[in-house]
Amino acid sequence: MSRYLLRGGRVIDPASGVDERRDLLIEEGVVASTGATLDEAGAEVIDVAGAVVAPGLVDLHTHVREPGREDEETIASASAAAAAGGYTAICTMPNTDPIADSAAIVEKVWALGREAGLVEVVAAGALSKGQRGEKMADIGEMVRSVARVRLFTDDGHGVQNSLFARRVMEYLVTFDAIYAEHCEDEALAAGGMMHEGERSMALGMRGIPSEAEELMAARDIALAKLTGCRLHLLHISTAGTAEIVRRARAEGVRVTAEATPHHFSLTDAELESYDPNAKVNPPLRTEEDRAAIVGALADGTIDAIATDHAPHALEEKDVEFQYAPPGMVGLETSLALTLTELVHPGHISLTRAIELLSVGPSRILGLPQGGPLTSGDPAHVVVFDPDGEWTVDPARLRSLCKNTPFVGRKLRGRVLHTFFAGRLTVRDGVVLAGELV
Amino acid sequence: MMKHLLSMDQLSSADIVTILDTAESLRSVTDRPIKKLPTLRGRTVCNLFYEASTRTRISFELAAKRLSADVINFSADSKSSVAKGESFKDTAWTLEAMGVDAIIVRHGSSGAPHQLSQWVKASVLNAGDGQHEHPTQALLDLYSMREHFKDLEGLKVAIVGDVLHSRVARSNVKGLVTMGADVILIGPPTLIPPQAATWGARIGYDLDEVLEEIDVCYLLRVQKERQSEQLFPSLREYAALWGLDSRRLARMKPEVLVMHPGPMNRGVEIGADVSESPRSIILDQVANGLAVRMSLLYLMLGGRSEDGEVFE
Repeated sequence: MSRYLLRGGRVIDPASGVDERRDLLIEEGVVASTGATLDEAGAEVIDVAGAVVAPGLVDLHTHVREPGREDEETIASASAAAAAGGYTAICTMPNTDPIADSAAIVEKVWALGREAGLVEVVAAGALSKGQRGEKMADIGEMVRSVARVRLFTDDGHGVQNSLFARRVMEYLVTFDAIYAEHCEDEALAAGGMMHEGERSMALGMRGIPSEAEELMAARDIALAKLTGCRLHLLHISTAGTAEIVRRARAEGVRVTAEATPHHFSLTDAELESYDPNAKVNPPLRTEEDRAAIVGALADGTIDAIATDHAPHALEEKDVEFQYAPPGMVGLETSLALTLTELVHPGHISLTRAIELLSVGPSRILGLPQGGPLTSGDPAHVVVFDPDGEWTVDPARLRSLCKNTPFVGRKLRGRVLHTFFAGRLTVRDGVVLAGELV
Repeated sequence: MMKHLLSMDQLSSADIVTILDTAESLRSVTDRPIKKLPTLRGRTVCNLFYEASTRTRISFELAAKRLSADVINFSADSKSSVAKGESFKDTAWTLEAMGVDAIIVRHGSSGAPHQLSQWVKASVLNAGDGQHEHPTQALLDLYSMREHFKDLEGLKVAIVGDVLHSRVARSNVKGLVTMGADVILIGPPTLIPPQAATWGARIGYDLDEVLEEIDVCYLLRVQKERQSEQLFPSLREYAALWGLDSRRLARMKPEVLVMHPGPMNRGVEIGADVSESPRSIILDQVANGLAVRMSLLYLMLGGRSEDGEVFE
């Protein structure tokens, strides 16, 4: 295995409280040493002066389409897109075909992740069989499988039955596993295509009210209090939900939350073009909600930025707005959007950005990805130029699908290199898939 | 004139006046023994209808024919390529490849005409999209009101019923507000969400309260399925609270106009006798639709004639 000396970068490692210019020697999969100026000692020197060196990013919320829709995204293609985006771990959502509700499926996902070898692929399991919210999935078997599932969710659907939600939370306590909720009261949201408000009314589209999310978030927090289960709220999108989470945390409830780059970057104004690529669930909300999500990312209410990367084939998105499935890809734009929308305008610090993209999500999953990057720690590292400008070009995205409303957007912040367990997976922005294993 | 007509948002009051004035000039063509103008000779207009329609499709077809355009009718039904799975975009491109100059589109999905206008070079006219807009209906309604009231400014118009699901209501409110009319939306809050107030209209829940003050009572069609969606308890209760019957008509100003975009549910939003009363201009609306659609095709496709001879 090669030795690399990252020379002259600004190391930001929130887990060890470091933010300073120092060298990093990577050897045998770990950080061999750090220091102001390290001796080359036969290592390949990579000049990273002016760039940030940080723990590898972790995405809590990735939809790969394998098994079932390999034309849209495979575990290998999602891994390549993730590495290109600076990630060293992704948590795959269970809404594949078949649904990941048994040990056999999560083990397959895990094995394909190992085979691709570009990031740690952490399989999430379904809470319920077939994600129908009626019968428990094989939770214990998934926890004890080689995939070692630790996060369970019916993402794509909220659990509608409160008794079922309570029972699953109680059962998950056995393993101290996470109940992750897609907060959506389906009766309130039925038929909705965008955020309910002035704009949905003007555009003649059925809306999804904020309350559809907030009611379930409040219910789950009450149930988490009752059961003692760890609760994670997926892609929270409204000012109200942010406030509900803030209050629960102040009370000491074991709840964490994530928000997506599109919810802190865009509003329902995007829908005025009727661009199906801006259709997503939960929907893009109002400017007031967007600002509240930014505030909650800054003040620690939200723990993680998660992509909700959701590839959809062109023929599925290039249709009437009403018929398009919700979702957008995000693995390759999340770091740049965080820098462009949050760091550069001064809403959060670079350190906070790394907490949100790496440390926070890695703690939730119990991974080593979030650092610290001190001697002997596994070398999951991203190197990025925080000011590097680039324009989102669908032809250059590694994801098999190009459904993003950010096409043509000029962003500031680009990934230079990614190391996964000491191996270069991305070099000068190019994914090194061919050279692996 | 604009290339596409997608929404009433596009039109200023001057644009609306031009469209209505042109419609008035073209109206006379209908009274001639030979009801045809050569303006659009050699141009092709396609009616692309993804939803059932009688009056709008026939009205557009006749309008195009009166202006000597060639007309193609494409209904996305069981006999068409759509039934074989052809996408909206591919259908649009197919029509484009055949060289149509204008596509008149009706679609159940809000925003479909907007999307279509980005795919094709032809002019796109929105003939009703989902619950979004129906601009030609609003224009013919404005025309019909203007026939009776010289000035639309300050005119008190009540729009009664299912505003939430109505593309006719959206386009009419925009057009009326642009022309300076005073619009009151009447119905239960399940059908008139508070956000409608941002359109510049007032909101009221009680029809009886406004009967004496209004110049126009515009009734929206109540779709039977709204009852099963629990938006109101029963059609009977709806009729009792918001239906225009002859008792209510008797309380209104003598010159009041009763309007309805059709098709009507007699006995629900409108009493059978009211629809046939002299105050009802529902059939005039249909007749005026032809003139307004001729006007739009003329202005958008034909342009103004150089020698001014078009109207003769």
